[in-house]
Amino acid sequence: MSRRVLHDGGAMLRLPPFRYFAPRSLDEALRILSDHGSEAQIVAGGTDLYPKMKRRQIEPRVLVSVRRIPELSRIVWATHGGVTLGAGVTLARVLACEDLAIAYPALARACAVIAHPPIRSMGTIGGNLCIDTRCTYYDQTFFWREALGFCLKKGGAICPVAPGGTRCWAVSSSDGAPVMIALGAVLHLIGPHGERTIAAEEFYRDDGIQYLAKAPEEVLVEVTLPREDGWKSTYWKLRRRGAIDFPVLGVAVAVRMESGRCRDARIVLGAVGSCPKRIREAENILEGNRLEPDVIEGAAHAVSRAIRPLDNADFLHLYRKRMASVFTQRALRELTDPPPR
Amino acid sequence: MAFEIIGKPLPKIDALPKCTGETRYADDLQLPRMLYAKILRSPHAHARIRRIEVSRARALPGVHAVLTGCDLPTRFGILPVSQDEEALCVEKVRFVGDPVAAVAATDEWIAEEALRLIEVEYEPLPALLTLEEALRESSVRIHDYGDGPNIHKMVSLEFGDVEEGFAQADYVREDIFFYAGSTHLPLEQHAAVAHYGPDGKLTLWSSTQTPHYVHRALAKVLGLPPSHIRVIATPVGGGFGGKSEPFSHEIVVAKLAMLTGRPVKITLTREEVFYVHRGRHPVLMWIRTGVRRDGTITAMHVRSFLDGGAYGSYGVATTYYTGALQTVTYKIPRYKFEGVRVFTNKPPCGPKRGHGTPQPRFALEVHLDKIAEDLGLDPVEMRRRQIVEAPSLTVNWLRISSCGLRACIDRVVEASGFREKFRRLPFGQGVGFACSAYLSGAGLPIYWNDMPHSGVHIKIDRGGGVTVFCGSTDIGQGSDSILAYIVAEVLGILPQDIRVVTADTDLTPVDLGSYSSRVTVMTGNAAVEAAEKLRRLLFRAAAERLDVPEEQLMARARRIFDRADPQRGLDFAEAAQLAEARFGTLGAVGSYKPPQSPRRYKGAGVGPSPSYSYSACVVQVDVDPETGFVRVEKVWIAHDVGRAINPRLVEGQIHGSVYMGLGEALMEEQTFRSRLGLHKAPSMLDYKSPTPLEMPEVECFLIEAEDPNGPFGAKEAGQGPLLPIPPAVANAVYDAVGVRIDELPITPEKVLRGLNDKARGGSGRVGPKSIPSLAWPEPIRVEPPPEWRDVPTRSS
Repeated sequence: MSRRVLHDGGAMLRLPPFRYFAPRSLDEALRILSDHGSEAQIVAGGTDLYPKMKRRQIEPRVLVSVRRIPELSRIVWATHGGVTLGAGVTLARVLACEDLAIAYPALARACAVIAHPPIRSMGTIGGNLCIDTRCTYYDQTFFWREALGFCLKKGGAICPVAPGGTRCWAVSSSDGAPVMIALGAVLHLIGPHGERTIAAEEFYRDDGIQYLAKAPEEVLVEVTLPREDGWKSTYWKLRRRGAIDFPVLGVAVAVRMESGRCRDARIVLGAVGSCPKRIREAENILEGNRLEPDVIEGAAHAVSRAIRPLDNADFLHLYRKRMASVFTQRALRELTDPPPR
Repeated sequence: MAFEIIGKPLPKIDALPKCTGETRYADDLQLPRMLYAKILRSPHAHARIRRIEVSRARALPGVHAVLTGCDLPTRFGILPVSQDEEALCVEKVRFVGDPVAAVAATDEWIAEEALRLIEVEYEPLPALLTLEEALRESSVRIHDYGDGPNIHKMVSLEFGDVEEGFAQADYVREDIFFYAGSTHLPLEQHAAVAHYGPDGKLTLWSSTQTPHYVHRALAKVLGLPPSHIRVIATPVGGGFGGKSEPFSHEIVVAKLAMLTGRPVKITLTREEVFYVHRGRHPVLMWIRTGVRRDGTITAMHVRSFLDGGAYGSYGVATTYYTGALQTVTYKIPRYKFEGVRVFTNKPPCGPKRGHGTPQPRFALEVHLDKIAEDLGLDPVEMRRRQIVEAPSLTVNWLRISSCGLRACIDRVVEASGFREKFRRLPFGQGVGFACSAYLSGAGLPIYWNDMPHSGVHIKIDRGGGVTVFCGSTDIGQGSDSILAYIVAEVLGILPQDIRVVTADTDLTPVDLGSYSSRVTVMTGNAAVEAAEKLRRLLFRAAAERLDVPEEQLMARARRIFDRADPQRGLDFAEAAQLAEARFGTLGAVGSYKPPQSPRRYKGAGVGPSPSYSYSACVVQVDVDPETGFVRVEKVWIAHDVGRAINPRLVEGQIHGSVYMGLGEALMEEQTFRSRLGLHKAPSMLDYKSPTPLEMPEVECFLIEAEDPNGPFGAKEAGQGPLLPIPPAVANAVYDAVGVRIDELPITPEKVLRGLNDKARGGSGRVGPKSIPSLAWPEPIRVEPPPEWRDVPTRSS
């Protein structure tokens, strides 16, 4: 029935043909992935992948769904604090979990501002962390990219954002990524050669094409968040509208205070480059100090100085750079002096 | 007089099928043996087509036909004066997305593959992508017709001697504004299905607002007798002006159906809808107004520069509309308008909700706000004191038959607390005020003729069922429901007793279409006429049976009865049977043609209307001075609709208009890659239109200044309420943070730029600084109506 509707139904931009596997175990998934090599692609919620396939940005011949793998949908709290989230846990489920919101407010905030409710019901935390980089020259249809001349990331030889260079400047557009780094999360991967763990910070690479330190045949299984341990966190997102839009600037901040002074700080910027960027210069300004207005301002300026967004996302890039400072100040003020409302 | 149906917030007659998903839109249609069509589009903004090779595409299994421009060489276009489009380009392409070839295949995958097998050799030509470029580079010609190199249309009209008016002014102010282009963004993409029968007759189902004009274009381009063509407009999933002319894809599927003998369907992708466009023209405007010290206008001079895109579309009308309606809100004793529409290598612009009037309305209302401030006047009172009278003629001979603007102003000013808030709210918060007017249907048809603009045919069956036939097209605004309400009111039955058959050129009398806010007024008047004819027959038959004088009878609640003795009566069905026995088969027609314009002059075709609606609004904003974000807190809007046939539908139209106006004020903009002319954001993700989260609370007030030309006094509601929103937002932003953003959309970047400029000692204004210098033609000078012979004199 559903097949017939799909075939005879409305006319639209069509998906390219592909084979679809829905393995019920990790072993099976890994086997299918290694059988099909570079032709295969993992799919979880599919909210980003399918539109990209329709636009022929990605044309896998084989899709391996991880939705039916039990290990990927667990939320497990450790006895002494900390939690492990299966990569297939939906964003809506993260939001529904009050304990997560209490322990890791930045995570709840980030999940709450991803896309819109239907996408959060399908989209997963793992999918968000692995989401393809975005660019106004790349996230277009085949027709459009052909009219422009194909770019470095797909089928071409030059990057229209910086035509002189040799790299791709597509933008890391995950709301979850900067937050996971700020929270000190660790990711668990399983591949044909076994399991490994990697710090969230090490998971991303400053390259619009090879943006993950993950082999295509590796599966992101789960994410472990460390014990709350006095850390307070938040996430601020810049986008034109209150829903739907990807971030064009994300500011994840986590601080740990001790006797009125900042003991540790992590400030991670999303969507201003090809990978999330930790701004140590700003963290250094905070650490050891009371978070007085001038200290916050100093850190915010350090953030703004450290980033170099390019003109390949919504809003003028200089505006995004300026907002990085404003949003950092607002995030830090929120953590030090929660607003009354 | 109390009404039974009119004025009640009844549900739409098609509400349930729409809510349950039963409504069949064009893309839902499935016919046996149906093929799917796809169109190959130009990747170049401007190029000559050297050669097209389709043999490989034709040879692909599953492909049934391939078309190129030489198969459909006859040009078409919505306006008789701009027949400049080809269903598939023959010699040249003029924008990225211009259609070049088409394929019909057994499924869309094959059709898409076939497109890739078509080889087109192009010779790229220089692309003209801005108004200034098109005016400057006169050696490159996008079209070989028009009023000058790349000038589609140039107009100049002067009503009375403006210089005489400026001479009487105590104060003269000039401003320059820019209003960005935007697109309609209907949820439903354009779709069409064609069927060509062995009888040589063609049927086209299409998501269109104007089946009648599609019918005419099909006959012209396909060379078929009009009597062999049937166009059925399917329920439209949003039009907003974007589906109100014949389109390439409609002609293409019709031709493909004729060639293959099989039904053919096409649905445009969302990206293609952005290319097909016909949306809001980007307009650069210059406005100069002379006023007395008390704000009384003595003269106004307006210049508009429209960036029309690659084809004519409605552009000649749009050009006139940027100058026509300034005069219908405030008394303007001397008025001059100069307008020019320029071709550029971008998707063609056309009519979008408000058609050519939101842009000058934005300019005018912000300009007046500045004048009031310059003179230390209350911006509300300054406008309120010089509202047009009704009845009256404007200086450009538009007949005002009713005007509820004063009541509109009073309601929103009072409800919003404008006087307490204006210039008094803390930094960052502000209120803005603006008024507007719009027409209830164009006074003249698109092609010159003496026939009615709308026809209604009603038949009554023996069971008391009533069927209403009308060529009008329900695009979601509720025009089918309006027909049912009006006929039910006149015949004394209920809307659910009525079947409405619309938008079918074989079955229904002509209605020109759902554009220019004409439908309620024109179909409504035609429906009243037809229904009253039938009521007379029913009353005559009932009067004989009941032995009551006809004039004493009344029709209500499915009965016809003696007004003096309501027990004495007949069921509606009984009366229908008596009338059929007495007079034969029961049917009647009604038709409507707008009143003639009081004065003819070249250019007088645009502006006249049976009536004008009025709106006033107050917008309250919260501007974040650190980010430049503008949050609209609340909108108070009053709309003079003459009479609300159904207040719920009127409010729906107002909410929709507010939403669309806010989008244009704050974020929507058609932007293109320089040199290439590629649309920067042809998707619903990247083209920024507000979400429900951006939508503020809207408080609506319906003002009912009954109009003598409207059915039950009704006027339009579908477009007018958009108009005051953008200027009110701009005025509110200025009230909040003291910067004038004279260029829509008011983006966060622009607000910050204004604030920075101000912090550095500048004026804080963001907007265009100059207009191109042009050799305007000598104006057509029109003597104003007698009441405007004198100009108010300068204050002593």
